[in-house]
Amino acid sequence: MAIDESAVQRLLLLAEVTDFLHREADLLDERRYEEWLSLLADDYQYSVPLRMNVRYNEVAEREQTKAGEEICWFDEGKETTELRVAQLATGKHWAEEPVSRVTHLVTNIRLTSTELPEVEVSCRFIVYRNRVADESDFLVGRRRDRLRRTGDGWQVCRRQLLLDQSVLLAKNLSVFI
Amino acid sequence: MHTFSEGTPGRVRDLVDVVRGQISREIFVDERIHRLELENLFPRAWLFVGHASQVPQPGDFFASWMGSDPVLLTRDDAGKLHVLLNSCRHRGMRVCRYDEGNTMRFTCPYHAWSYSIDGSLVSTPGDLHGVPQLKAAYSGKLRKEDWGLVRCPKVRDYKGLVFATWDTEAPEFDDYAGDFHWWLDNLADAFDGTEAGTEVFRGVQKWRIRSNWKLVSENFLGDTYHGASTHASVEAVGIGPGGRGKRRHGERPNEGGFSRGRFKTSFRLGHGASDNLDYELPYPEFAEQPLNDYFTEAWNTRKAKLDKEARPLGGRGPATMFPNMSFSAGFPRTILVAHPLSATETEVWRWYLVDKAAPEFVRDWLRHYYMRYAGPGGMTEQDDMENWDYATQASRGVVARRYPYNYQQGLGEEVPSALRQAVHSHHAIAGEVNARAFYRRWSEFVDNLSWAELNKLAEVDDRATARAQG
Repeated sequence: MAIDESAVQRLLLLAEVTDFLHREADLLDERRYEEWLSLLADDYQYSVPLRMNVRYNEVAEREQTKAGEEICWFDEGKETTELRVAQLATGKHWAEEPVSRVTHLVTNIRLTSTELPEVEVSCRFIVYRNRVADESDFLVGRRRDRLRRTGDGWQVCRRQLLLDQSVLLAKNLSVFI
Repeated sequence: MHTFSEGTPGRVRDLVDVVRGQISREIFVDERIHRLELENLFPRAWLFVGHASQVPQPGDFFASWMGSDPVLLTRDDAGKLHVLLNSCRHRGMRVCRYDEGNTMRFTCPYHAWSYSIDGSLVSTPGDLHGVPQLKAAYSGKLRKEDWGLVRCPKVRDYKGLVFATWDTEAPEFDDYAGDFHWWLDNLADAFDGTEAGTEVFRGVQKWRIRSNWKLVSENFLGDTYHGASTHASVEAVGIGPGGRGKRRHGERPNEGGFSRGRFKTSFRLGHGASDNLDYELPYPEFAEQPLNDYFTEAWNTRKAKLDKEARPLGGRGPATMFPNMSFSAGFPRTILVAHPLSATETEVWRWYLVDKAAPEFVRDWLRHYYMRYAGPGGMTEQDDMENWDYATQASRGVVARRYPYNYQQGLGEEVPSALRQAVHSHHAIAGEVNARAFYRRWSEFVDNLSWAELNKLAEVDDRATARAQG
């Protein structure tokens, strides 16, 4: 039977991207933030819109706030993310002192566009945080990533999260999601 | 110091000792006291409901809360604002579970009673309009005009800030706010002084904390003491207008930090501000020149306008309007409401303001600054939540409750103010004069003093004069 070369290529690409996203999760959970930052492209754009309870026929227009013009949980570039890493390293960022236990699960990974060197990835995330003793947060939702293949490996250039909560049930978002 | 662990609640005023500067932990953790707050304070106070710019068109609505009750802020077909209890009069179903939208009619999904805000269909917007099987069920005897959505009798649109109270006997809004209105003016007016020249960005951040709501109100009321420790990490990193290595609010280096010439302002009505009207803090120094140019011009325009009106330039907070609306009218410019859920749980809402006339690059800069500063993702506010939650948790113990909190900073050192019903404190950073007044007012409400008594107590702020005479 003939081997479908393009299918093999797609599978290899998916495996490569999956491995990258899992490695990124490892770096975050192991708190290797400087290494993680090196995986973010200089034009990295990160957004987490607010979600709202709206009518079924207004979902497209109103269900989430718009990154770039409205208030989100996050809507920022790499420079602000670097400030967050620097804040964690002060040892005085009380929201993360003592440090939280965090696990990032990335799943349902699917390539939705492959225009190399860039690909778009659809996935789901679960971020579990346990803090001090009984403080536990589950942050769950959909994620869209745009990744770029460079000479140094893959980089994240855009990341959009849709968190499945309208009222945030966690007291803060002091871990990277 | 009284404790509250057994028996029926007595006077909560006995738990708030402003003379000695001691306040019982019970008022932050006890569910029975919380019940009294819900019954005696929140239905009587003027509460912030939302911003008029969230409901610009007829039929627009925004779902909010007033104490323990869900409400709808609506605009009728004549353009008038209403605040309606979001609960069907038949079986109590929340008639609207949407956060925002546009409709002229709220139809309950349970039995389809419908309420109209169209003045051509009902005499008062919010009244009952449609009742399935009206004639068969009620033999024509249901008086629909008696069964409209419960409405807030008093609603005030103060330069776009919408306040409401359930209490027909409550003082008018202007008397409730008193001279604290200057801070509300600075919140609602544009950076160039244009009156009511602000709107809110779309998107209200809402999140749950495991803390008593009063710790939140107190934090913005005048607790400038916490900044150096709580926010040490953001000051070390630098997230403000000046960029890295600069202060988070953007104070200029020649302004002596954040305290030179600054007093606290404390109102007998319970409101408090971290600054005074004569404390002129110019707009920040930005890393980007176009922003410097824009805000310098705005400052000059505002100064010229206010000088002409003989109105002082200061008064940007942080501040809290009694009981649970906190705000900063500078950098950032944002409103917070601490909605009480239980003695130890609060839902916090944040709105962010921007000048209606601001050009795109200014809107964009402010929006980014707001999000990295405040809210659950904000690098500053994240650390506040840690404190409020674990302060609440560690105050719940049987032994812990026996020991009051200390509110003795600047005790007995209040100075008179030219403002009505107010005093100042020279303790610009470490001063708790505002908190003492807030809790005193809180206890008077929770003990359910009549409006006649409440008004009389607040007529004159004798804290400074009594000391001078004593």
